[in-house]
Amino acid sequence: MSIVNEIIANYNYWITIFLMLSGLYIVVAKSNMIKTLLGLAVFQTSVYLLYLSPGKILGGTPPILEKGIEVYSNPLPHVLILTAIVVGVATLALGLALVVRINEAYGTIEEDEITAIVDREDHAE
Amino acid sequence: METVINMEALINMVLLTLLALITLGIIRVRNLFAVVVLTGAYSFLMASVMIVLDAVDVAMTEASVGAGISTVLALSALYLTKTEEAPPRYTAALPLFVVIGTGAVLIYGTYGLPHFGMADTPMNTGVGADYLARNYQETGVPNVVTSVLASYRGFDTLGETTVIFTAGIGVLLLLKRFRQEG
Repeated sequence: MSIVNEIIANYNYWITIFLMLSGLYIVVAKSNMIKTLLGLAVFQTSVYLLYLSPGKILGGTPPILEKGIEVYSNPLPHVLILTAIVVGVATLALGLALVVRINEAYGTIEEDEITAIVDREDHAE
Repeated sequence: METVINMEALINMVLLTLLALITLGIIRVRNLFAVVVLTGAYSFLMASVMIVLDAVDVAMTEASVGAGISTVLALSALYLTKTEEAPPRYTAALPLFVVIGTGAVLIYGTYGLPHFGMADTPMNTGVGADYLARNYQETGVPNVVTSVLASYRGFDTLGETTVIFTAGIGVLLLLKRFRQEG
């Protein structure tokens, strides 16, 4: 198999992994909570890609039955990911609400600043 | 051996490359307002990729929920908090090490996966084909995604609704101001 075919065959997986790692990097390295949540969203969308890519059949059509069409892409990953998208936005909403409350309580949304404030309060007691 | 580049695969690769570039922007930009706008663009691109991958129902949901509601939620959170990210305090060496290590293992894992766009993988010949074959006689709905979602996996959807309901209650409890009595 030529190198171009090899790239086409795996490109989806490579980009999926790149997005996944970007999300992971944002979650681990960034201290800003809103940025962390958005990084988590990137992580999540990479999983959508991981599910949808193997279900695609080249030359196939969307799984809506129609006379004269033989090849359909796999409908099952689509169903699972529809559920995942909606659950994802629910968790994002809850997370952002938590960030708003944290900002009210501590006046900052940077994780390391909050840790410093909590440490200081602990020592003051 | 001659190399035939499939048009669908080509469009897919171009869109995926754009997606990766936008992700780099999301990592580097420190103005949170710009990050939220980039995330919206990211979701729309992801919806386009989903169209190419034949997941039309998912693409519609991603465009409305991912690019619409998520962006609105993030913008409201920015309005209530701060719009600038503080400069980093620590070096990114350890996170980068973790990420690259994970990436190496994942890339190794892709060599066991079926190639893109193949019809004869276990995933596409097993359960998926079964749903496609049985769907119309059993439910009479031409859109297989709808019928699987509502008929075969109805309890899944019920669980999903429960999750949204719980999250809604959580957000209300967190943001509602309770008046102190007495």
